[in-house]
Amino acid sequence: MTHLTRLALLSAALVASSALAQTKQVIGVSIPAADHGWTAGVVYHANQAKAQLEKQYPGAQIIVKTAKDANEQANQIQDLYTVNKINALVILPQESAPLTRPVANLKNRGVFVTVVDRGLTDPKAQDAYVAGDNTGFGRVAGEYVARQLGPNGGNVVVLRGIPTVIDNQRNDAFRAAVAKNPKVKILDARYGNWNRDDAFKVMQDYLTRFPRIDAVWASDDDMAVGVLRAIGQAKRTDIRLVLGGAGMKEMVKRVMDGGDKLITANVTYPPSMIADAMRLTVESRMKGTPMKASTIIPSVLVTKENAARFYFPNSPF
Amino acid sequence: MSTPSPALRPTEGPSFLGRLGRLGPLLGLLALMLVATLLNPDFLGVSNLTNILTRAAFTGIIAVGMTFVIISGGIDLSVGSLAALIAGSMILVMNDLVPSLGAGWATIGVGMLTALALGALAGLFHGVTITKGRIEPFIVTLGTLGIYRAVLTYLSQGGAISLDLGVSERYSPVFYGSLLGIPIPILVFALVALLGGLILNRTRYGRYVQAIGSNEQVARYAAINVTGVKVATYMLLGVCVAIATILYVPRLGSASPSTGLLWELEAIAAVIIGGTALKGGHGRIWGTVVGAILLVTIENTLNLTNIISVYLNAAVQGVVIILVAFFQRGERR
Repeated sequence: MTHLTRLALLSAALVASSALAQTKQVIGVSIPAADHGWTAGVVYHANQAKAQLEKQYPGAQIIVKTAKDANEQANQIQDLYTVNKINALVILPQESAPLTRPVANLKNRGVFVTVVDRGLTDPKAQDAYVAGDNTGFGRVAGEYVARQLGPNGGNVVVLRGIPTVIDNQRNDAFRAAVAKNPKVKILDARYGNWNRDDAFKVMQDYLTRFPRIDAVWASDDDMAVGVLRAIGQAKRTDIRLVLGGAGMKEMVKRVMDGGDKLITANVTYPPSMIADAMRLTVESRMKGTPMKASTIIPSVLVTKENAARFYFPNSPF
Repeated sequence: MSTPSPALRPTEGPSFLGRLGRLGPLLGLLALMLVATLLNPDFLGVSNLTNILTRAAFTGIIAVGMTFVIISGGIDLSVGSLAALIAGSMILVMNDLVPSLGAGWATIGVGMLTALALGALAGLFHGVTITKGRIEPFIVTLGTLGIYRAVLTYLSQGGAISLDLGVSERYSPVFYGSLLGIPIPILVFALVALLGGLILNRTRYGRYVQAIGSNEQVARYAAINVTGVKVATYMLLGVCVAIATILYVPRLGSASPSTGLLWELEAIAAVIIGGTALKGGHGRIWGTVVGAILLVTIENTLNLTNIISVYLNAAVQGVVIILVAFFQRGERR
């Protein structure tokens, strides 16, 4: 009898303590500093998610840190572990290779690791992966351009981002999707570095070089801004379509309002994916449920009909 | 040198090779234009040439100011960040003024004055810290390079600062408009270059700048106000950055953390390609102008052709820069 009670008491205490441990969770979030539109959106959505999740789960403490480069980020996650004693880490790595070792280190010491968007070079360094769909981003854009140009096809020029794996994936998927319409011709694809000024210059040169352009895949909303200005300056009327991407609020607004003839759609690559990753991680930690090893946030075509769902007027992006 | 400084007087006339070397940047530009025309005849079209000159105007105007700073023996690494900060600040000021002053030229005028004041103030700060504070110009401007861009990133929360649409509409002719068929940025560029050349070669101040650059001690013994002259070169450059920014803002109507990225290197490259000595002492404005145009022409040429892999663009730019420097090495001693 006493033996049984003691056992019951002990197991009750164990359950209680493990339940207590589960309700006390410190989650570190390490993301790049706001150095351009998209990362600014990431910082905004991370802070929004922190406020919302801490309200929803009073036992969770979320610490958001931003880093300007890979080195700073590596130091930062070390501090999160030793000073803040985090149980889980949600990280959007500045660069894949230099951060793989430091992240693996934390995982080996028992920290649950969720990697977002830019993968690490060794997937064993992470427990879960949440990412945007780069192939889908290019495919959805290519399908839309091919569809809008119709059976008669047309000439397309492409602005690429910065030479990276992500950009190659997007560009290859776009070409593959467009190739299904044999009448569509891609005239050239050049780097605009995800930057308005560079895109402006590249577009100016395209306009000089090609007398007839039907559609522009700017592949990013910042670049679309530069492209539109260059077209306006050259007073060209042959261009029927400019497709950006990533969901900048000004561009989504234009799609929503429907007044702009060139900007009729957008393709999402949402900076809010950091919020999704944080929500999934916190839920899994607080409830003790497993998290899917890989979650891909699909790239969606934004049109006049669904644009309101993707419009965040308070976000800086 | 057409303007011998008190400290450095060439003893022999330039040799044939030396004279040819002096034309290095111009010959380089002509060679490049020839190649570009062979690759794509559209290169010589009026609209393409106007595009090139308009684009060259931004870094070109800054490079004219930079020529003074480099000739005096200094350097300024912060100009790109400063341009971004000025652009962001003047947009914020103009947006704030719209409710009271309206979206008209009064608002734009105040915005422009803000830009000029900020540029001059930044230059004053650089000059005073470098001369009175006795810190290397490289260090001071390396510091402000980070500061200016960080402040802009903070002001914009990492996104873009966009100009009020009404003001943007009214302001856009400053970039997109033209006078007698010549776009305004090109006219301003020409004017700034002309004034810069006059100041450098035809005024006492210009001679002082060259004297200080070739030997600061001797200049001091010659009773030149070294501190004053140096501070003035940095302020001159600050004003040039402001002028470039005033032309730049109406182009996209916005400023973001990527505005003016690497402009400092483009401006310095234009000055050096143009034949100004990095160690100071002598230089020339027309060379700087040619240098700025040359840099833009390389990029434009590469965009007009398909021969070279896009991955190699930066390599081609590097090769042309080194080649031009090689052609004019004859005059450097």
